[in-house]
Amino acid sequence: MAPPATAVQRRPKMTPRRRRRLARALQYALIAAVLLALALAADWGRIAESFLQLDIAADMFPDVWTAFGNTIVYTLLAFAFGMVAGIPIALMRVSEFGPYRWFATAYVEVFRGLPALLVLFLVGFGVPQAFPGLQYPGGVYGQVAIGLGLTSSAYIAESVRAGIQAVPRGQVEAARSLGMSHTRTMVTVVLPQALRIVVPPLTNELVMLTKDSSLVFVLGVTTATMELSKFARNELTSTANATPLLVGGLLYLLLTVPLSALARRLEHREDRR
Amino acid sequence: MSDPVVSIRGLRKRFGDNEVLRGIDLDVAQGEVVCLIGPSGSGKSTLLRCVNLLETPTEGTIEAAGHDLTGPDADLDLARRDIGMVFQHFNLFSHMTILDNLVVPQRQVCRLPKAEAVAEARRLLAQVGIEGKERAKPAQLSGGQQQRVAIARALAVKPRLMLFDEPTSALDPELVGDVLAVMKGLAAEGMTMLVVTHEMGFAREVADRVLFLDGGVIVESGPPADVLTAPRTERAREFLHRVLHPAD
Ligand SMILES: Nc1ncnc2c1ncn2[C@@H]1O[C@H](COP(=O)(O)OP(=O)(O)OP(=O)(O)O)[C@@H](O)[C@H]1O
Ligand SMILES: [Mg+2]
Repeated sequence: MAPPATAVQRRPKMTPRRRRRLARALQYALIAAVLLALALAADWGRIAESFLQLDIAADMFPDVWTAFGNTIVYTLLAFAFGMVAGIPIALMRVSEFGPYRWFATAYVEVFRGLPALLVLFLVGFGVPQAFPGLQYPGGVYGQVAIGLGLTSSAYIAESVRAGIQAVPRGQVEAARSLGMSHTRTMVTVVLPQALRIVVPPLTNELVMLTKDSSLVFVLGVTTATMELSKFARNELTSTANATPLLVGGLLYLLLTVPLSALARRLEHREDRR
Repeated sequence: MSDPVVSIRGLRKRFGDNEVLRGIDLDVAQGEVVCLIGPSGSGKSTLLRCVNLLETPTEGTIEAAGHDLTGPDADLDLARRDIGMVFQHFNLFSHMTILDNLVVPQRQVCRLPKAEAVAEARRLLAQVGIEGKERAKPAQLSGGQQQRVAIARALAVKPRLMLFDEPTSALDPELVGDVLAVMKGLAAEGMTMLVVTHEMGFAREVADRVLFLDGGVIVESGPPADVLTAPRTERAREFLHRVLHPAD
């Protein structure tokens, strides 16, 4: 039932659209006020002196590229190990054979539950102490691949398992009804589709690993094997200035921002399929 | 008469407390086309899926295409090769091309060399009226085309028996005819077929026998002329009336 028309007409109400516009304007005004307050309160000379010393930044080059390259290499090595270990673990998680499932579940719980730093210590110092003759292939590179890769493999295994379970049941039924074995079905039908589904989460895992590679310093690295964080921190100490942190940070973003953007794009592509 | 291609005795299937099949006995002869009709939830799909052991029977024995499926040393992978299955939702391998959908099973299951598998795939695709789509992905085809590819894929590993679970139920009406035509062709070639369907026209024309399933038991069984036009039980009469006159 409509209320009496005259009662409504007397009070000219704001349209929803005008109300929205007003609210928006108020928010902009608030943000502007906060920014202005910060700008006035901050000691800009001091900030520039701490973070924006161009000569210090310039001095980091070209050596910083070695560290930058190592960050990429460590990340890729750990990711490669994570995939190689993680995919079989994922397959074991969905196996018809109980012991495989139990082992894979324990593996995932352990390496997802432990801090990456602790696993890295274990691989770098614990294991060599327990097995004195042991040599990691590739020296520190091997240690990093395994030390960071173990943690990563647990996350990758969980992503891939979710991917496997997202493949429609009908695909498995079709394969099995053609006479394909469980293993063949997994390898030729389920895994290829599952991996496509998990490309976005795996890209995110790569972003996480890029940052986790900063833990490698605990293994004791030389100039040749140093990664970005350690390099920036050394420069910070030797120059007593924070500019190296800014440069290092920007170089990380150079890697992670495009990767995140890629992950988002891939996710959208999945949505549209 | 030669041995039946399907021989089911005392088949029962329970999902938890829900007994879906309550004692099924069924023989299907070589070259026979049997259509399975019945209301939703009566156990038609479950019965069909038991015949290639996609569902494990709770009780009873099943022999199909010369394999003792419920025996102690049944090799299911080997047996399923001889029992083709076509699903309501096609279930083509979505990451493979149309051609690979037919080639990969032949290579992996029958261990055929590539050239032979490709030649056979082309022949089968032509047989089901799909041409020029070899490089396409399943999603690029219409439902009717996908279902015909799915039939060709099932035939690729040379089954002796074909199971169809409502192969046209997910299709737009104008696409149903092409799929039924392929199935008719198959029946005319002498393929043994067990078909769950609501296409009464197809059943009447092609089936040698129609089974009416209700509540997990075969309530009626006989030539289509009898079961479809003069059902003996009230339940079958009601069901047929609903299927044939859905507007009432
Ligand atoms: N995997 C399963 N787990 C539990 N219950 C199931 C399962 N599959 C089928 N059922 C149940 O078994 C009964 C029969 O199902 P079935 O799919 O065989 O019926 P149907 O005759 O094929 O029906 P429709 O015409 O709807 O396809 C239903 O009550 C269903 O809920
Ligand atoms: Mg069904």
